[in-house]
Amino acid sequence: MTAYIVRRCLYAVPILVGVNLVTFWLFFFVNTPDDMARLALGAKHVTPEMVAGWKQQHGYDRPLLFNSAVRGTGKLTETLFYRKSLRLFLLDFGSSDGGRDIGHDIAQRMGPSLAIAVPTLLVALAVEVGIALLIVMFRGSYIDLFALLICIVLMSISLLFYVIGGQYLIGKVWRLAPISGFGDGVDAWRFVALPVFIGVLGGVGAGVRVYRTYFLEEEGRDFIRTARAKGLTDGVVLFRHVLGNAMIPVLTGLVVVLPSLFLGSLIMESFFGIPGLGSYTIEAIQNQDFAIVRAMVFLGSLLYVLGLLLTDISYTLVDPRVRLG
Amino acid sequence: MRLWLALQQWWSGEAVLLWTDALLFLLLMALVAAYVHVRRDEPLRRSWRRVLGSAPAMASAIVLSVYILVALLDSLHFRPLQPAGESGERYEAGVLSVLDAALTPERTHTERSYSRPMAIRALEMTTVMDPDGLSRQEYPRLKYGGSHLQDPAQRGADLLAASARALAQAVLTTLLAWAAISGVLARRHGLSWRIAASGIPGRAGAVPWRTIMMTLLVLVSLGCLCAELGPRYHLLGTDKVGNDVLFQSLKGVRTSVVIGTLTTLLTLPLAIAFGVAAGYFRGPVDDAVQYLYTTLDSIPDVLLIAAMVLVMQAYMAGHAEGFSSVQQRADLRLVLLCAVLGITRWTGLCRLLRGETLKLREQDYVHAAQALGAGHLRILGHQILPNVMHLVLITVVMQFSGLVLAEAVLSYIGIGVDPGMHSWGNMINSARLELAREPAVWWSLTAALAFMLVLVLAANLFADAVRDAFDPRATRRSEEAGR
Repeated sequence: MTAYIVRRCLYAVPILVGVNLVTFWLFFFVNTPDDMARLALGAKHVTPEMVAGWKQQHGYDRPLLFNSAVRGTGKLTETLFYRKSLRLFLLDFGSSDGGRDIGHDIAQRMGPSLAIAVPTLLVALAVEVGIALLIVMFRGSYIDLFALLICIVLMSISLLFYVIGGQYLIGKVWRLAPISGFGDGVDAWRFVALPVFIGVLGGVGAGVRVYRTYFLEEEGRDFIRTARAKGLTDGVVLFRHVLGNAMIPVLTGLVVVLPSLFLGSLIMESFFGIPGLGSYTIEAIQNQDFAIVRAMVFLGSLLYVLGLLLTDISYTLVDPRVRLG
Repeated sequence: MRLWLALQQWWSGEAVLLWTDALLFLLLMALVAAYVHVRRDEPLRRSWRRVLGSAPAMASAIVLSVYILVALLDSLHFRPLQPAGESGERYEAGVLSVLDAALTPERTHTERSYSRPMAIRALEMTTVMDPDGLSRQEYPRLKYGGSHLQDPAQRGADLLAASARALAQAVLTTLLAWAAISGVLARRHGLSWRIAASGIPGRAGAVPWRTIMMTLLVLVSLGCLCAELGPRYHLLGTDKVGNDVLFQSLKGVRTSVVIGTLTTLLTLPLAIAFGVAAGYFRGPVDDAVQYLYTTLDSIPDVLLIAAMVLVMQAYMAGHAEGFSSVQQRADLRLVLLCAVLGITRWTGLCRLLRGETLKLREQDYVHAAQALGAGHLRILGHQILPNVMHLVLITVVMQFSGLVLAEAVLSYIGIGVDPGMHSWGNMINSARLELAREPAVWWSLTAALAFMLVLVLAANLFADAVRDAFDPRATRRSEEAGR
């Protein structure tokens, strides 16, 4: 097991190096630091001196890959590639173009992101699995057909509609929850309730459809027929046999996204004014702060790769047929 | 009628071809070629017949074709002929599309600010001066909306009369279409005309004619309603700067269709080539392709798109002199956005194709072809490619709806289409604070969301039917791919 995990971690290294190279290429070759400086300084009347000054101030005044002006290992370390890109592997995110410490910001904003993402995930899972089980119970009937139709309609509605409509109806007209904002401590749940509700509503159509296919696939297997032939009731078959076996794809689908929960949801956080990593990213995109975007890209892929690793490990835990050598 | 005039204008004007226009018409030609191919190929024809036999699929196909038609009309760009005897230029400077020309009253009837749907007065009070020097507050009459009415009290009667006219036209048109279709059916099947006509409302044959006629009736009614009321009222109200919301929503159709189709189209060759090559050649090629898509996959979609769009923006800002007009710039940005979106979306298809090819290359007919001395290219082209095309088709139709939804979200974040371009995402973005106003301005938002909902719903229903018809054994796999 340990050997397997170590091996999997080693597999992850080339992928992360690849991500690193892609972002470096995007942000330093396609779009040179000079372009960045000009964008940050505004388009008009930019002198080369101003560009150089901006670059020096933000630490972009080094060669890209190879610094021939310095001796020894400095030839490689005193470069943008080492300073801005490789340092990410040490989780050293540096400072943003606005001058803030990115690592500190990330640590601070993780909490609110999780406060929204974790409840959304759990509630959505419970609701979707419950509805999907109900639909499977009535498979082939008009209820099934009708529920599927509703799912498709729910899927076809833009998330923006749920957010804007929800804020308007629940927040403004009915005044059940604050429209946006975030609080600490006990009071926080009032701010969390609406985003969680809307997040669940937005995903329920697609989720129920996927879980329904998982369940129907199990439902068609031989051991289900055997269980029914033994005279087990519909409920026992559904909960013990169908749900139990279908939990393997359901759980593994969840494990992949677990680490990425830290990143939060871009849309929900920015609409509801939650100071999490999602709104942090949006602000960075809107302010064209390349350093933050770069850091978030790397962090995102790191967490995704971690999710894949966890998925493979969780296979061994839930599925006795899988053994890792 | 207006459309005919618009087409005439286009014919006399100087044609302008934008990048997206060219790509869209390329796509149209590919569709026609595919149609010809399907007609010749019996198994394919059978699968398509199954799609056409399903009532929801047929209804959504009609809705989709209306959207596509609007998009195509909006892609015929031209510079209209200058009225004779003015300046030296033969053509006007501004570029129009046939849709713009057809919707000229809606396009040019700009009010001063917000107005409710079908209103004749503005939403907000302004101060007016009486002839005798007194100032008072009132809701001013709109410049164009309902300006033909002398007395504001006539509005209800006028609206009713116009709607009745529109409905009558619609019923008449649908009846004509019914007669025409039954005539064709009667000739083809050698039936009497009357039997064919009475068969249409029932469940005659495999094609769900009743659904088709109902869908047509609804669509034609809506069309007639717009044609009747559009020039005289603002059917869906006006936005903050007084632009007609119906016009904006119709203009948004093209942007969505372009994003939904071109995105997949631009990266399709990449996905097919890499996926099939990886599965067929295995070994180092496979390793390289797998590494490539795992790396791209591991970057969260939104962030990758954001990173690439930011870079693109900076690049375009730095090279502004390369674009001769604002429209060209927006258009190029749309193409690049499609490419960027495509880069994040091709990995799923590539993975599917690799897996399928791995299976196919062990089939007897492939071995037989190898034994007969067929080269790699021949095997790939004749044995492998035709047998994975159903996966490509399913992926393309399933991705469409997701892309349309993604456009709105990306435009909201500020990394979508050009802010000056007509798109539903931009409409929603600029309208989302209007609900907080008093009185709430809901029409702009609702119009954009409704137009989007109909398109996405139709696309989803159609995609489901296509998937069921072409891939009956692997519903689950494509479900995951579509997620």
